[in-house]
Amino acid sequence: MSAQSPSLDGEWLDESATRQRLEKTWDDAPGLWGALTTLDHKRVGLRYIVTAFGFFGLAGVAAFVMRLQLAHAENDLVGPDLYNQLFTMHGSTMMFLFAVPIMQAVGIYFVPLMVGTRAISFPRLLAFSYWIYLFGGLLLWTAFFLNIGPDAGWFAYVPLSGPQYSPGKRVDIWAQMITYTELSSIAVAVSTIATIFKQRAPGMALNRVPLFVWAILVMSFMVLFAMPSVMIGSSFLIMDRLVGTHFFNPAEGGDALLWQHLFWFFGHPEVYIIFIPALGMVSSIVQTFSRRPVFGYPLMVLSLIATSLFAFGLWVHHMFATGLPRLGNSFYTAASMVIAIPTGIQIFGWIATVWLGKPRFTTPFLFIIGFIVVFVIGGLTGVMLASVPLDLQVHDTYFVVAHFHYVLIGGGVFPLLGAVYYWFPKITGRLLDERLGKLNFWLFFIGFNVTFFPMHYLGLAGMPRRVYTYSSGLGWDGLNLLATGGAVLIAISLLLLAFNIVRSLRSGAAAGANPWDADTLEWATSSPPLSFNFTHIPLVTGSHPLWDSERLHVMRGLRLDERELVLTTVLDAQPDLREPSVPPSIWPFLAAIAVGTMFVTSIFSPWAVIVGAIPIAITLTAWFWPKSAAEEEIEQ
Amino acid sequence: MSARDLDERPLQFMGDLSHLEDHGHSHRSLTWWGMMGLICVEATALGLAVVAYLYLSTHEQQWPPAYLLPDPGWGTAFTVIVLLSFVPNMLLDKRAQQEKLGPVRLWIVVMTVIGFILVVIRYFEFRSMHVAWSDSAYGSAVIVLLGLHTVHLVTDLYDSIVLVVLMFTRHGDTGRRYVDVAENAIYWNFVIYVWVPIYVVLYFVPRWL
Repeated sequence: MSAQSPSLDGEWLDESATRQRLEKTWDDAPGLWGALTTLDHKRVGLRYIVTAFGFFGLAGVAAFVMRLQLAHAENDLVGPDLYNQLFTMHGSTMMFLFAVPIMQAVGIYFVPLMVGTRAISFPRLLAFSYWIYLFGGLLLWTAFFLNIGPDAGWFAYVPLSGPQYSPGKRVDIWAQMITYTELSSIAVAVSTIATIFKQRAPGMALNRVPLFVWAILVMSFMVLFAMPSVMIGSSFLIMDRLVGTHFFNPAEGGDALLWQHLFWFFGHPEVYIIFIPALGMVSSIVQTFSRRPVFGYPLMVLSLIATSLFAFGLWVHHMFATGLPRLGNSFYTAASMVIAIPTGIQIFGWIATVWLGKPRFTTPFLFIIGFIVVFVIGGLTGVMLASVPLDLQVHDTYFVVAHFHYVLIGGGVFPLLGAVYYWFPKITGRLLDERLGKLNFWLFFIGFNVTFFPMHYLGLAGMPRRVYTYSSGLGWDGLNLLATGGAVLIAISLLLLAFNIVRSLRSGAAAGANPWDADTLEWATSSPPLSFNFTHIPLVTGSHPLWDSERLHVMRGLRLDERELVLTTVLDAQPDLREPSVPPSIWPFLAAIAVGTMFVTSIFSPWAVIVGAIPIAITLTAWFWPKSAAEEEIEQ
Repeated sequence: MSARDLDERPLQFMGDLSHLEDHGHSHRSLTWWGMMGLICVEATALGLAVVAYLYLSTHEQQWPPAYLLPDPGWGTAFTVIVLLSFVPNMLLDKRAQQEKLGPVRLWIVVMTVIGFILVVIRYFEFRSMHVAWSDSAYGSAVIVLLGLHTVHLVTDLYDSIVLVVLMFTRHGDTGRRYVDVAENAIYWNFVIYVWVPIYVVLYFVPRWL
């Protein structure tokens, strides 16, 4: 047993004195300086969430304008050039600036809380990643408002996106936006993996890790192996465009299909990078509102892992129309059908959980039911599209548009909106209004189906994707108008959500620490959590810490006067080391400016890569340079 | 923000953490896990660049198309030296884990000098490829593959220089600095290992195809 030192936490200090000292150690500086130097995963995570929803709004407006344009035949609201920019901006923003960042952001905010630690691993890397992400998004949308927005589609196929058919800077801006967002995504993944492996509360062995944390872990590993592919691809593309390499130029031995392989080797896992965290959200919400453990925990975990592995073997099903060898097609058809199995296992697991539990039909739970209905429809059309003959018939039609909106909105946005209602009280300390929430759900659910269900038929009736208008008399008019009507409902439901959030921030009911009577550790601390998350590090003795015991089991003996973490072993989470966590710093922000400047200027001159390396090296060195006084004190 | 309330549950202290050490090596440290994440990302990127090279090679009747084969001299010299550097690097790693200041200073300087020599050789190696990136898809693939490895080489050299400076200041003789040195040695091992397949691809695939 340790000496009863005043610099360590424990029963010898009363709780408010302990908190005061932890606040002095962990709170950020006030004002702008604190905002620029903060390393608090909750502040950074919330920033990511708000920024990603901002981009969601912009991309949503782009979609809404497209729907208005398509409301009736031969409409002239927007012309073909702006329409090309709109669908490119919509797809790129939704995939790169909204869907992946928002899923990672929820992980950034909640993973350290759910595993019971004071801070995320590599918090400076995390802070850096946010600024890089923000700069990438601003680059894309600034370009759009200057009328030089990318216009070659969100997957920027060559040769259309190559130097010959897309002169100017539009595609370069798209390619550099990819570099920014993928860099930030990889940085977040590394931070998250280390946090989950090494910073779990003592006793939280791998078989006690909440399913949401498992989902974020699996997703982060997918990021490590998928994102390099699109970074390599977009680097080849920008080099072909700017310095005259020939990767995709058939005249000099290059190959356009190489781009499709590199893009979809990233692009297909990307879908699951979005979907797997959403599955984790579903498990959290189902467990809480059924008031019992999720049925078949080991199978649920193995299904997540199996999905992530299969996801890397499917990419060619995006390329069935390119004339690849038939044997290859059969393999990818089989793989695309197989991946439905682990997802099916999870859906049955949730149904069994609800069946055996005592479900409470709150707004988060409604969104999960909506998810199951919508996602199953999208999954079924997915199995249909895995078959080559059908795929060739409906390739590049609205049938595909309907399919992927069912899986992405169904599999991503429905759980996410459920998660907003579920975790909002933890983040803000206030509950969202339930009546507005239910209205929000029903408008969204009906609006979504009215918008996208008719697109199945439109696709089968031959309406191609990415056309800015169509002639009347093709049998497409009525359903297009109906789809636009649905889009209006979606817009109203999302405005209602925004209203609910603003109103609740001002006058929502106080939430308390655990308003839903949930079982995981994020509900063991105050709402909103303090800067150091937990006054004492929890000790985990079961899979459901807050259901297993009336008392909160904790450990004593971490420093109060320095930022300190406890590291535990990977499998069993035995306490192993006390490691310092770095203090706030301005250098990640400055390094992000240096890196961001290099990326932007490299669009205009390749020399920027060489010259820009100097400020990057300086800022990174300053970032890692030891802070002598504090550190030496720890060493002693 | 408001409504910030205190934890509602009664606490029960179950154990003590104060006896734990304040740093550890290898997979006990966070830095090691960060390094492994980085290595996964970079190995994937290099692997995909190799795959792109091989993919492009299947599209040509002759590989390299109408260009001279790369001269293996400088590349082989690079390979021999980089493989031999495994020995001092391993010693550096071990001494760092034992936290011995003198030997660590010696071997980090040796590794830095080796890094310098390799960068110089790499300059000549680029010239011995006899192809520019703008000549053909073959040239693009060759130069980018070699360039990607060079970025790793230069990055690690820069890291080593910073560590040399740190080890000769008052920041040097601390546990966490030894962890940094040991992790940098792991990164150097990565730079060694990934070179081997790239060497085979750049110099032998054109001769075998």
